Amino acid sequence: MEELVQTSAVATADWIVVLPLVLALIGAALALMLRNNGRVTFLLALLVVVAAIACEIGLALRIWQEGPVSMTMGNWLPPFGISFTADLFGASFALAASVVTLLVLFYAEADRSAADGRDGFHALVLLLLAGVTGSFLTGDLFNLYVWFEVMLIASFGLIVTGGSALQFDGAVKYGFLNFLATTLFLLALGLLYGTIGTLNMADIIGKAPSANPAVITAIAALLLLAFGMKAAAFPVNAWLPASYHTPPAAISALFAGLLTKVGVYAALRSLVVLLPATRDILEPVIALVAIASMILGPLGALGETHLRRAMGFFVIGGIGAAFAGIALATPGGIGGAGAYIFHSMLTMTALYLVSGMIERSTGQVDTRHMGGLYASSAPLSIMFLVLVLAVAGVPPLLGFWPKLLLIEAGVAQGGWLGTSLVVALVLNAVLTLIAGTRIWAHVFWRQTTGTGKVPAPRRGLLRYAAAAAIVGLAVAVGLWPDFLLAGARMGAADLADPARYIAAVGLAGSAP
Amino acid sequence: MNTVIFRTIAPLIVGTMLVFSVYICLRGHNEPGGGFIGGLIAASAIAVLGMSSGRDAARRALRFDPIAIAAAGVLLAASSGLLSLFTGSAFMTSIWLYLELGETTVPLSTPMFFDIGVYLVVLGAISAIGLGLETDDGEGL
Repeated sequence: MEELVQTSAVATADWIVVLPLVLALIGAALALMLRNNGRVTFLLALLVVVAAIACEIGLALRIWQEGPVSMTMGNWLPPFGISFTADLFGASFALAASVVTLLVLFYAEADRSAADGRDGFHALVLLLLAGVTGSFLTGDLFNLYVWFEVMLIASFGLIVTGGSALQFDGAVKYGFLNFLATTLFLLALGLLYGTIGTLNMADIIGKAPSANPAVITAIAALLLLAFGMKAAAFPVNAWLPASYHTPPAAISALFAGLLTKVGVYAALRSLVVLLPATRDILEPVIALVAIASMILGPLGALGETHLRRAMGFFVIGGIGAAFAGIALATPGGIGGAGAYIFHSMLTMTALYLVSGMIERSTGQVDTRHMGGLYASSAPLSIMFLVLVLAVAGVPPLLGFWPKLLLIEAGVAQGGWLGTSLVVALVLNAVLTLIAGTRIWAHVFWRQTTGTGKVPAPRRGLLRYAAAAAIVGLAVAVGLWPDFLLAGARMGAADLADPARYIAAVGLAGSAP
Repeated sequence: MNTVIFRTIAPLIVGTMLVFSVYICLRGHNEPGGGFIGGLIAASAIAVLGMSSGRDAARRALRFDPIAIAAAGVLLAASSGLLSLFTGSAFMTSIWLYLELGETTVPLSTPMFFDIGVYLVVLGAISAIGLGLETDDGEGL
């Protein structure tokens, strides 16, 4: 028994790995108890998210200086206890998730009326944040599954908030396919545990190479399918455009920013870090998924007239770009994928928020019935255009740098794989630009149809401020990308060679 | 369901089940049982009460909103894990306190509070679902 328990004291500073998650969880519980008072839960949610952001900044800075941080629950030693392990990617994604949540909370506050008091919105948002944060920071595959379920429960509650028939339709599609994905994930976990007897990520890295490669390949393929469904990669992407536009704009913005990114992150970690030998076997499949998602995403947006459905197709295109990094799996490619996930969390949320404002200003959800908004709302048109350019990857905006890293990695890789991925990335940028500017022209430029009178946008300073903050962030990081690029390089180094990660968990001695 | 026999017996069943659920919850540390199964038994008791005396009576008997009970459980479970911050060990490390009460020793620990938290979560969540499904007159079942 003694050798299973950690005897040395755990540094109090290590608690910073679990604090963001625990704060969000406790905040969600408190908000649920106080849900009769929307004002109080709003302030509580703000407080919790700000505290989580502070913890995550501290965590990211510490990882920046000292490398990955890990803590194993209950003083059990690693493969037996559940580890929480954060490397730079995990910590910075968790930070981006909290920042996005904070701004969405402000935006939602402008949209909410006193009648929405008891729906537990803030509690569910905090629960969603807990699930997302846990997914990014955990160092244990089964624990990752638990956070997937927490996320699923919270998002299922959020997607039906409001309770219109359309939302229930979207919720059934969303809920069923995501439930299927988590079940496949659970199946893969059972097989993996039966094969190598561990689910601790650092331990898997050491033990997977000695297991039967055929079995591990089957498990990796199951994981790829499960995470691909979660991430809405082609060909299992149909649920996203069918459901993300149904809830209120703030909620779909939160979903677009957080949920699919967790799927990509899980795919990145499990395929590139945990089962690298198997990833090489699956490489053509991953490349095909990436290329198809990258091209079919913006093509879908091109053929779509419903504004927020079109945004959903942009999300899918971005998922393809992140999968391109997984297909390349060189440090450059991994860095590109990480930077892309970071960028996508910010820009996709902002895109949905701005879309929500457009829908509010015009009273329409279909771009065919919009038009002439340029005259009445210049800031909105500027924000939307900036975001479209950022998603397409036009320099010097945020989206340019991840794509540059990916194209660089693709060129360096060469061969049919690198070349086709580079071509697809460029095509994705061009198609996104065409689809995005087409929507922009329809909504803002075109002479208005029908009555010819566009209603003046309802003033909501909070909404503008929240969306503008993300847009500003996207421009600022795009103009001064040193931090982003250095972070991508460093995070990718830890993913490509997880020695520091394993050492942080405390399994360095047992690795072969 | 709305027979005299059932309505007369139900309070007895409910009381027995609730006491038994606490017993199952507390013995769970070393023997079969625990917060989850205890909470399920308690939630079944609330469901029986809802069937015999109506949903509103069951809600009144719970005193608190079932969802709030579940939230309190999450709060208790998370807080029990946080206590180990003060002992210089990792999150969720158990802390034990042995109370000497006359001839017997009562072991108190943070896992027990975690289990009580789980009990409340299951009781609250399942009761909320159960009471949500039950109709007021008990005839719908």
